[in-house]
Amino acid sequence: MSTDSSSLWNKIKSWPLLLPVVALILVMALNILHDVAVGANPLSFFTITLNQTTSGGTILYGRIIDILNRGSEVAILALGMTLVVSSSAGTDISVGSVMSLSASFCCMLLAGFGVTSTNELRVPLIVGVLAAFAMGTLCGCFNGTLVAYFGIQPMVATLILFSAARAIGLLVCNNMIVYIRNATFGAFGAFTGPLPTPIIIAAICIAIVAVVLRKTSLGMYIQSVGINSKASRIAGLNSKRIIFLTYVICGFFAGVAGLVNSSRITSADSNNIGLYYEMDAILAVALGGNSLGGGKFNLAGSIIGAYTIQAITTTLYALGVSTDQAPVYKAIIVVIIVAIQAPPVRAFFRKRANAKAFGKEAAKA
Amino acid sequence: MKRFLILVVTAVLLCGCSDSKEAGKDKAPEKELITVGFSQVGSESDWRMASTTSVRSAFEDGDKYNLIYDDAQQKQENQIKAIRKFIDQDVDYILLDPITESGWDSALQEARDSGIPVIVCDRRVAVADNDLYTAWIGSDFELEGKRACEWLKRFFEAQGYTEAVNIVHIQGTLGASAQIGRSAALEAAVRENPTWRLLDQQTGEFTQARGREVMEDMLKHFGDRLNLVFCENDNEAYGAIEAIRAAGRKTGTDIGNGEIMIVSFDSTRKGLEYTLDGTIALNTECSPLYGPRLTELVDALERGEKLSKETFVEEGQFSIYPEVSSTFIDGKNYEVMHLTQEVIDERAY
Repeated sequence: MSTDSSSLWNKIKSWPLLLPVVALILVMALNILHDVAVGANPLSFFTITLNQTTSGGTILYGRIIDILNRGSEVAILALGMTLVVSSSAGTDISVGSVMSLSASFCCMLLAGFGVTSTNELRVPLIVGVLAAFAMGTLCGCFNGTLVAYFGIQPMVATLILFSAARAIGLLVCNNMIVYIRNATFGAFGAFTGPLPTPIIIAAICIAIVAVVLRKTSLGMYIQSVGINSKASRIAGLNSKRIIFLTYVICGFFAGVAGLVNSSRITSADSNNIGLYYEMDAILAVALGGNSLGGGKFNLAGSIIGAYTIQAITTTLYALGVSTDQAPVYKAIIVVIIVAIQAPPVRAFFRKRANAKAFGKEAAKA
Repeated sequence: MKRFLILVVTAVLLCGCSDSKEAGKDKAPEKELITVGFSQVGSESDWRMASTTSVRSAFEDGDKYNLIYDDAQQKQENQIKAIRKFIDQDVDYILLDPITESGWDSALQEARDSGIPVIVCDRRVAVADNDLYTAWIGSDFELEGKRACEWLKRFFEAQGYTEAVNIVHIQGTLGASAQIGRSAALEAAVRENPTWRLLDQQTGEFTQARGREVMEDMLKHFGDRLNLVFCENDNEAYGAIEAIRAAGRKTGTDIGNGEIMIVSFDSTRKGLEYTLDGTIALNTECSPLYGPRLTELVDALERGEKLSKETFVEEGQFSIYPEVSSTFIDGKNYEVMHLTQEVIDERAY
């Protein structure tokens, strides 16, 4: 019996997602503490109810739903970012700007160039949607070419679109915010049945990547290129093409996230769509216990990381922290989460645990 | 080929000489274009776009003005760059709509050292030496806020509503002049009216997306208690309206029976459409149409006149609820316009 439980404990201890999950639980637990302290229902943060909207629909309503809903874009971005980090030991800092460009391009096509506000779509919705995906993919190809075939450092290569894509987006929209007041376009940011559509889109993206990684050897290839691209090439992998591919995937998901984000506000707000999202996406990868030095990756960790970031933000709202102070608390929480995952800190705890175990053994003897 | 080039160059030089001589003889400064550099915040809202259009069309006269427009895309460093660029281009005047109030001393000092007058519009600048800019033109944000609060007070009096008013306040981008002025007015009004309670203040950063997020959280936090939302611009109000509808609450003025009353600012077209159907109870205008006034100021400076340091643009206030027809603030009477479709159609933006 005791060996069983200890082996389970060992299994949990060696579970790669342990720390990301613990971090997420700790953030959530803050809310229970707060609710208990103010005398509210301790589980009110976690309560999900079916709510009647004014227009007669029934939707899921609660803070957990908010976290899942608002965290969708970062979760989608984190998918591509994880692969990029793994294959090239660098980050794609252009994703936020590419989101904005994709959204602008999509809205420009739907509204027509130079039109600032429209209720009717100029072209079928699917054209706009595919255009957003295509624009994201194109940006991914650009980044991928620079990194994989020109050997430019990822941060430098993606810096180009980081600064340029948002400006191109503004240009595409004739320097204005394009409003598309059309329910079909707004559907990607609204509700499908009782569920917020962004959650569904994020789930589909996650499922696709998970299936592709499981059914093909792409995941293994990416990791092996990330660990040692030269050795992988000698072993017969086209390292450059694999690195290129990860950037294309990352760009594609930036296009998806851009579409979702602009659909939420039914407009292409080039200046604000995806602003600082690249930082959140990178942070999500790091919070997920992935090394930014490339190589082995854990996709589930990144996704948990993405929702952890959103959970922190929503928790700070729930605790009533004013928005001007929120970044400070967010930074403190992030520092703690990253610190407990840092190798020296983990080594320290492992050493202490070993010493304890040794002490017990010695006492027994 | 070489000889031809030399010929061309000489010809050009000669032409140049004769041109400048002629210009010198004529002494006709009115034929010279007035070059004006305009550094705009960005294009984040309908309102901003209307202001850009207003300035651009006011300076459209190609025989008189040459407007160099620069979109700072919401970044102050872009605006500082733009000012330096304008100085290098040796423009005659700089128009600046500053993103934030602080951090302008060195850039404006450079402009002054180059002898270029700077006219600040819309938002203000906070500099140690006020002589760094020539004049400021824009809205009196605190007055806008006061007019909104005064309207609310009179509205509740007219309705005979004496219960508690539980207010949540969605602020603009913290540090922006509009946020500072409007927030100050609301905070003062809350202190003066014992039944008003300010439940929470959060920034919606003047955007629809953040306005919605903030409102969603406030609705969950305060539930049925919440009965008035004070949004500091229309975009935030759009987001708040979405959140309120998703939560199954009603918008309107009957706050005693669970409706949530929305107060907004700016009076953009979409904002006024929401005001026309009563979703937004009161919309206080913040006029972006200061282009014509700017040309007046530039012309006055051309004539060598001295400008007053501050010029306010006139602004309206719109509602479909007839209870309050005017507000009275600091000894002045302000009309509240009854909103109709015609009023919206007649507006320039």
